Amino acid sequence: MGKKNGVSRNPLHGLWALTNRELKKWYKNPYLLILSIIQPLIWMGLFGRAMNLGAIFTGSQLPPLPSTIPQPIAQELQAYFSNATQTIFRDVFGTADYFSYMSVGIVSFVVLFTTMFSGMSIVWDRRLGFLNKVLSTPVARGSILMSKVLNAVIRSIIQSAIVLGFAFALGLQVGADFTPLNLLGVFFAVFLISMGLSSIFIAIAIRSTRWETQMAVMNLLNLPLLFASNALFPTKLMPDWLQPVTRINPITYATDATRQLILYTVDLQQLTYDFLFLGVFAAIFSTIGILLSWRYLSR
Amino acid sequence: MTDALVVKGLTKVFNKNLVAVDHIDFTVKEGEIFGFLGPNGAGKTTTIHMLTTVLKPKEGSAIVCGHDISREPNEVRSCIGVVPQEYTADEDLTGLENILLCADLYGIPREVSKKRAEELLELVELTKFEDKQVQTYSGGMRRRLELACGLINRPHVFFLDEPTLGLDVQTRIATWNYIRLLKKEYGMTIFMTTHYLEEADMLCERVAIIDHGKIVALGAPDELKEKLGGDIMTLNIQDVSSDITDAIKKVPKVKEVKRQDGTYRIKVEDGEETAPIILDAVRAEGHRVTRLSLTKPTLDEVYLEYTGKRLREEEESRDAIFRQRATLRRARG
Repeated sequence: MGKKNGVSRNPLHGLWALTNRELKKWYKNPYLLILSIIQPLIWMGLFGRAMNLGAIFTGSQLPPLPSTIPQPIAQELQAYFSNATQTIFRDVFGTADYFSYMSVGIVSFVVLFTTMFSGMSIVWDRRLGFLNKVLSTPVARGSILMSKVLNAVIRSIIQSAIVLGFAFALGLQVGADFTPLNLLGVFFAVFLISMGLSSIFIAIAIRSTRWETQMAVMNLLNLPLLFASNALFPTKLMPDWLQPVTRINPITYATDATRQLILYTVDLQQLTYDFLFLGVFAAIFSTIGILLSWRYLSR
Repeated sequence: MTDALVVKGLTKVFNKNLVAVDHIDFTVKEGEIFGFLGPNGAGKTTTIHMLTTVLKPKEGSAIVCGHDISREPNEVRSCIGVVPQEYTADEDLTGLENILLCADLYGIPREVSKKRAEELLELVELTKFEDKQVQTYSGGMRRRLELACGLINRPHVFFLDEPTLGLDVQTRIATWNYIRLLKKEYGMTIFMTTHYLEEADMLCERVAIIDHGKIVALGAPDELKEKLGGDIMTLNIQDVSSDITDAIKKVPKVKEVKRQDGTYRIKVEDGEETAPIILDAVRAEGHRVTRLSLTKPTLDEVYLEYTGKRLREEEESRDAIFRQRATLRRARG
């Protein structure tokens, strides 16, 4: 019988094997790997550099002063406005250039798009019969789901690291008290947000056999989640009706934590709150995912 | 333990009103090859899914190698091996990686699984291709890999769902030989579904014919054929206008005579011995036999008798069709 076959009683057996199966598809396929890196880079280039919001706020964009104003006062005014606009920018974005602001936001973007596809893979596994085969083995039902989550988490962390590496190379200006140790905090934030998000997307897909449905769900959620957060634009300038949404959007907290750790001077209270929110978010949704997998993976 | 599988009143209902499997009962003896035969949509795969704990039954119970599928699913899972209808091996991984992945799903330690994997790959003659990606495999090779994967945990009961679906005739026969070889090597009980009659006839010691979710016949293939009531003889005589049905009926061991368009279809016992006697009787009536054939009943006729049709056009779920197509496409390789 099973036990005599040398079958281990470790409840986590198979978890890594299933995760590695998914990861292999990624790192063994150079096209996929390169594409998944190029995409955020394009975004970084387009949003961070092309939408040069910082340029709007330099004094050079001001209309010339009327010549009736005496020269010394004009110079004074010029300097004042130039200073004021830059102060406004710094006040709004918390940093001197939009590229820095935005490239950190791209980390959240990468996480969102990576986790979104984790739901797809469970739909394919069901359709191709692989899921049925796995279900007939003594692998813990929760491990089947967690392997997908883990895969999304690992990919998110690796891709975030690559994106940040490029951002640094392209001129990301770090905050005054940034140390490389802060990066550990960044990756922890990525870990939590990707765990929660992928659990949601997998839970949605858990009984589905139609990838079209899954695509529709992804299309419905991705951009709203991204734009109703501080990833690309500060939430405090958003309309009042949108504010509550941004405050329950986990992407806001992940991005805030990342920005604090890389760009800003750390506000310990706010940072703790960010991590607390992310931790609770990840815990709740991965638990829901595991409970659903017990209940619904076998029909 | 003498019965590997004890099934009692097993029932599955989909969407509250579609009865896929309807209170079936049967037992499979230890070491037996048991076939589940039926048209598409008869409930074969649903039954296998329940027995392999992929689907939960609505009613009834099944004991697989001594464990109840509902109460001790994990014990059942450890002692069974499954080869699903679809090719489930991961295309992007190599054959060896796939088989080791299966081993990990059973929690078999690497030093044990490596040895077993080599041994199984050797048996199914894939050792040469073990480091090639599965997407380069042909249909037959994929089937063999699936067989090897299913045996990595040395199962007591081996479930095969349509093991030769989509394969050409030669590959199908080769696959049967591999199944026989593996059975000889490991001596497990085999439960298989098929809608190929010759497959059931060649491999299975006993078969159950299932239709509309119910078992309509159960027994050894020869037994079922005998139940049909003997051999079939057809004959034509030169004079089409006269009827000699009664004369043929008088011959002992003739059980039934049907005349259709001048052709007589005769059900007889011990066909080889009775046929000459029938010929004599026809000649005694003064008729000349122009054509004659004698066939032993095949499982084909048994199947026809119980399910009414040779192949039923079933409305299948979108998903089943998709999977079947995917399997066929990969089989063609």
